Amino acid sequence: MTEELLTPVLTKRWLSPDAWKLSTYERLDGYTALRKAFAAHPDELIALIKESGLRGRGGAGFPTGLKWGFIPQGDGRPHYLVVNADEGEPGTCKDLPYMMADPHGLIEGIVIAAYAIRANHAFIYVRGEAVHAYRRLQSAVREAYARGYLGRNILGSGFDCELTVHAGAGAYICGEETALLESLEGYRGQPRLKPPFPATHGLYEAPTVVNNVETLASVPYIVLGGADWWKSMGTEKSPGPKIYSISGHVKNPGQYECPLGITLRQLLELSGGVRDGHQLKFWTPGGSSTPYFTAEHLDVPLDFEGAAAAGSMLGTTAVMVFDETICIVGATLRFIEFYAHESCGKCTPCREGNYWMVQVLRRLENGEGTEEDLATLLDICDNIFGRSFCALGDGATSSVVSSIKYFRDEYIAHVREGRCPLGNVPVHATAGAH
Amino acid sequence: MSVDATPDRAVRPTGTEEVQVELRAKANEIKARYPVGRERSALLPMLHLVQSADGYVSPEGIAFCAAELGLTKAEVGAVATFYTMYKRRPVGEYLVSVCTNTMCGVLGGQKAYEVLSEYLGVGHDQTTPDGQITLEHAECLAACDYAPVLTVNYEFYDQVDSGQALELVKQLQNGERPQPTRGARLCSFKEISLQLAGFHADKDPGIADGPAGEPTLAGNRLAERTGVSVPNFDPNTPIPPVAPKATTPPPAAPKPAVDRKPAGDTPAGANDPREGDKK
Repeated sequence: MTEELLTPVLTKRWLSPDAWKLSTYERLDGYTALRKAFAAHPDELIALIKESGLRGRGGAGFPTGLKWGFIPQGDGRPHYLVVNADEGEPGTCKDLPYMMADPHGLIEGIVIAAYAIRANHAFIYVRGEAVHAYRRLQSAVREAYARGYLGRNILGSGFDCELTVHAGAGAYICGEETALLESLEGYRGQPRLKPPFPATHGLYEAPTVVNNVETLASVPYIVLGGADWWKSMGTEKSPGPKIYSISGHVKNPGQYECPLGITLRQLLELSGGVRDGHQLKFWTPGGSSTPYFTAEHLDVPLDFEGAAAAGSMLGTTAVMVFDETICIVGATLRFIEFYAHESCGKCTPCREGNYWMVQVLRRLENGEGTEEDLATLLDICDNIFGRSFCALGDGATSSVVSSIKYFRDEYIAHVREGRCPLGNVPVHATAGAH
Repeated sequence: MSVDATPDRAVRPTGTEEVQVELRAKANEIKARYPVGRERSALLPMLHLVQSADGYVSPEGIAFCAAELGLTKAEVGAVATFYTMYKRRPVGEYLVSVCTNTMCGVLGGQKAYEVLSEYLGVGHDQTTPDGQITLEHAECLAACDYAPVLTVNYEFYDQVDSGQALELVKQLQNGERPQPTRGARLCSFKEISLQLAGFHADKDPGIADGPAGEPTLAGNRLAERTGVSVPNFDPNTPIPPVAPKATTPPPAAPKPAVDRKPAGDTPAGANDPREGDKK
């Protein structure tokens, strides 16, 4: 039975009425992990998270315990914990439902992580457009302060932790950790050159851990259940459960928490399969920044290693499913319009490259392109990839390169037929928009 | 056609002393959320704050932020123009944002945007002549499992096709405020800007409430229906001990009670050593 592949851990409280309220959270064992954590030495918590193999859920998959361990201790400087809740990668929609359903789970993870890295002030940087999640977090933070889970001398531990919820203002780039820090400091959200890394020069140039929402939400469960239990799910190098967000042409789109390493074939079984009368054409394993997969990748294990070995990336496990009615050129163009709009403009290859890819893709979609345009696109991608401060430009090349790799014939058909072979009429909502 | 609801020469609310007194009090509350000496972090919420008075980031609003934070107007303007949610022209009572990114776009968002644009007679980032509705196409709103989605003043309306989008806008024009799919209540653009600056009252019933939709719960429902749960979870599993490193200090001792402040009042770290400003 495919259903047995479900591992409701982080999502298990979501069905409870008023799941987001402190009274519900406490009734369902909320904040017991925090009490347990306070009985341990911070170094023991860092070691526990290392041992669990937890890897960052924001897309890069960096080992969380290792990141915490990079914070210099005994340095006499303030340390900060910053939560990246700036969810906005096309396809990605896991952190907002998590924060809506279980904000106290995030707060508990934050306090434990802050205690482990010896940070006395944490920040949640929430995407501005997510105002409902922002309100809910603020209410939860107020509740947590009132009950002594935040503030001075939390639960009599002697540990202090202030938590500030901060709303962004509409910029995808602020999901990049150093751009996020710039933005949180009140500047334009443009990435910093690394090194130095946030672990030594982060927020206010102080040692800082930046973690994704789902990463920190995992922490209380590891503290309670232990590293071995956590590793009983997932694969050897990518352990644990993960929230897979399935969208698009499936019967039951939504959030499915499964062990890392599940396949699209299994996810399709869980979500009812591709809509009736249609076939899978292409899909992303982890958002618009991850190279497309096709029907030949139905059995690729969706963990960090499996997705990479098959030529893509796990990303944020944002599984976007497109059927045969979708034009590959139009879909890719729309993604590149997004990157052109969201490029912060700091690095020339990303700023100019995405602008020009939009122009080339538009004429291809309109049936006015040439076969040489494909070489031009790949050449532009070569000049973007690896040549900018951050990964936004790298991510932009994913859909272009993989679409040409798997669907070159469809591009060529646009050129030869002088129109979309699927009969799609091009539209450009972004004309004139910046 | 784009119409500014406020004539250029009119004094915006932020330019009046009465409003400034109120805004200054709120600006101080915002600054107190950040460590001492790091007040510039208050700039983004403060820009939301001035939008709550003027309906956009006006020249007076930029001057206000600059004065509050000891920045030049150019420094504030450079930040304000970077972010999509800071508007350079007055926004209508309702900001209607239709997601036209790939997923929503192909599932009906593109069609919805076009239908609304034609019906309202405005394009992207433009406002109807009566100053009621500003239309924009939005980049991914992180709700792909609810596609196609649109927001009104950032409140979600999920799984909205072009016909429903048109009906929604007509309701707005009739003075109605349809219930957003995920709870809370629709308010004006200025009111939501105030919330984005961090001001909402918990006593306002339901403002932070609202049920999750079916896509959010899809996996859970399936697990519940089939009785699936994760085995062998023992919350009393011990945390393995680690010998503390010589350089690592033990957990912080309780701080003296003299610097105790009301919870949530101001950030911790008055005792933290501060470095010079970064830039």
